[in-house]
Amino acid sequence: MSLTLDDVNKISVLARLAIDPNKAESYAKDLSGILDFIEQMGSVDTSTVNPMAHPLDQVQRLRTDIVSETNQRDLFQSIAPAVEAGLYLVPKVID
Amino acid sequence: MYEKTVAELSVGLRNKEYSSVELTETYLARIKKYDGEINSFITLTEEGALKSAMEADKRLATGQAGPLTGIPIAQKDIFCTQGVKTSCGSKMLDKFVAPYDATVVSKLKNAGMVMLGKLNMDEFAMGSSNETSFYGPVKNPWDLNAVPGGSSGGSAAAVSARLAPAATGTDTGGSIRQPASFCGITGLKPTYGLVSRWGMIAFASSLDQAGPMARTAEDCAMLLQEMVGFDPKDSTSLEREIPNFSDGLDQSLVGLTIGLPKEFFGEGLANDIASRIHDAIDVYRKLGATVKDISLPNMQLSGPAYYVVAPAECSSNLARLDGVRYGHRCENPIDLNDLYMRSRGEGFGPEVQRRILIGTYALSAGYYDAYYLKAQKIRRLISDDFKRAFAEVDVIMGPTSPSTAFRFGEKSADPIAMYLSDIYTIAVNLAGLPGMSIPVGFSAGMPVGMQVIGNYFSEQKLLNVAHSYQKITDWHMSAPILS
Repeated sequence: MSLTLDDVNKISVLARLAIDPNKAESYAKDLSGILDFIEQMGSVDTSTVNPMAHPLDQVQRLRTDIVSETNQRDLFQSIAPAVEAGLYLVPKVID
Repeated sequence: MYEKTVAELSVGLRNKEYSSVELTETYLARIKKYDGEINSFITLTEEGALKSAMEADKRLATGQAGPLTGIPIAQKDIFCTQGVKTSCGSKMLDKFVAPYDATVVSKLKNAGMVMLGKLNMDEFAMGSSNETSFYGPVKNPWDLNAVPGGSSGGSAAAVSARLAPAATGTDTGGSIRQPASFCGITGLKPTYGLVSRWGMIAFASSLDQAGPMARTAEDCAMLLQEMVGFDPKDSTSLEREIPNFSDGLDQSLVGLTIGLPKEFFGEGLANDIASRIHDAIDVYRKLGATVKDISLPNMQLSGPAYYVVAPAECSSNLARLDGVRYGHRCENPIDLNDLYMRSRGEGFGPEVQRRILIGTYALSAGYYDAYYLKAQKIRRLISDDFKRAFAEVDVIMGPTSPSTAFRFGEKSADPIAMYLSDIYTIAVNLAGLPGMSIPVGFSAGMPVGMQVIGNYFSEQKLLNVAHSYQKITDWHMSAPILS
C-alpha cells in the first residue's frame, strides 16, 4: 500500500502534527512499508471472528454517582505553559 | 553490597549488617562513577533518596519495616513521580514535573523502597533499543557498542550494571522482557489488569502493563507483591484476591508440562540462541518437567496486528500532548491550530511521529474496519491459540528475542527490522497473558534470554518455574565488567 506525500500531509492535519517538510518523503516511504507489513492481516479470513477489545472481555466498571475527587486546579495549573485567572491561555480562536 | 539481590538485602538490613543510608550511598556512588558512560538514568534523586533511606532506617530500627523497606529502586521515567521531573524519554515532557505519584510509585514508596532516580527509556515507550530517547541512547553494560533493548532499556541496564538492585519497567510489546533478555536480567510482565496504570503515561491502553525487573525471580516476586492490587483510579484494574507470589517458589516441577511452539523456533532464529534455549529446556527435563511440541498457528499475524493496535491507541493517548495544559509549547503560535501542530511536531521524535501517523490513518473514516477492527479480530485468534495451548501445557517457553543485543544503528534505518525483534513477545501482550524473561546463557559474550509464558493469573507458577531454574544454574548471577 503506497502512501503519497499528499496522503501523509492529510494524515498529519488529522493528527495535528507538523511534519518537517524535509522528512515528509521518508515518512511516506516508512509508512508505506509499515502498511505493507500490516496488510499481512489480510491473509486470514476473520469474517466469523469476534473482535477482542480486552483480554478478559471485561466491560467498563461502574461506580456510585457521588463526588469523590477534590478540586486541585491550582496544583495542576502550576505546570501549565500559560494560565490566568484559572484559565488555560491559548491563541484567540474566535475573531 | 551492590552484588546482593533484593532478597539478600532485605535480610542484611534486618540483621543490621548495613543501613539503608549506606546502601543508598553505595548505589549513588556507583551511578556517579559508571552511569556517565551507560546513560541509564535521566534524573538522579539523591536528596530524596537519602531522606527516604533515613526514614527507612528509623522504621527498621523500631521493627516497623516490611520486606522491601530500605531497599533502593529506580523508576522508569514513564511513571509520574510527584515533584520530580517525568520525561517519558521525550522533549515533549522535558520540563514536566509530575504533580502526583503514579500508583506503582506510591505503592513501592509505602513499602519503604528508596527511589534512586528516573530511568532512561525509548520515547513514550516506543522502541526496542532505547535509541529513540531524547536523552540519548542507553548502552548495554555487556558491550557498550550494543543496545540494552527497549523500551525499558535504562531499567535493564541499571540492574545489569548493579547501579540499582531492582527497577520498574513497562511492557506493551515486550519492553520488559526484551531488554531483560539483552542485558541478562530477569523481568516479568504480569497479566493485563493486575498492576494499576494510574500515573503511568499511556502508550497503548489495552496492552500496557508495569512489572518488576531485577536479577532473580525471587526478587521479582517480592516486588510484584507490592506492585499489584485493585486501583479504583484505573478503569482496567482487576479486583482479585492477590496470592503470595513468594509462596510456592520452591515447589517441585515434577509433572510440569512445557510447550514449545514451533513458530518460536522457525526461520529467523539464530542457531546459537536456539541451542541455549534447548539447553535450558534440558535443565527443566532434569527437574522433572515433560516437554511437548505445540503450535500457535496465528503467531505470524501478531506483528501486523500489534502495529495497528498499538499505534492506533497511541495516537489517541498522545492527543493530550497539545501544548495547552502541560508539556512543550512552541514559540509564538499564530493560532490554535499552529499551537497544536508545531508544539507536537517539535516535541515528538520521529518514531513517535510515525506511530501517531499510522495510528491516525488506521482509525480514520473508511479505514477503521480494515485496520483496527481487523486487528482486534486477529487478537481474538491469537488469544484462542494460547487458550488451546494452555489446555495441553502448563507453561510455554521459547527465546525472548531472535538475537542477542544488536549494535547501535543496526536496525534504526528500517522500522520493520526493529519491529521484528519483538516477534516472540508481542503476542503475549495482545492476549494479555503474563510472561517472563530469564537469562539462560551467552552467545558471543552477550546474554541470551528465555521467555516463559503462562496462562492468565499464573504469575506464581511462572515465578516458581523461573526460580527453580535459577536455584541450579547461575546465569542470572553473571555481572558485566564495567570500565
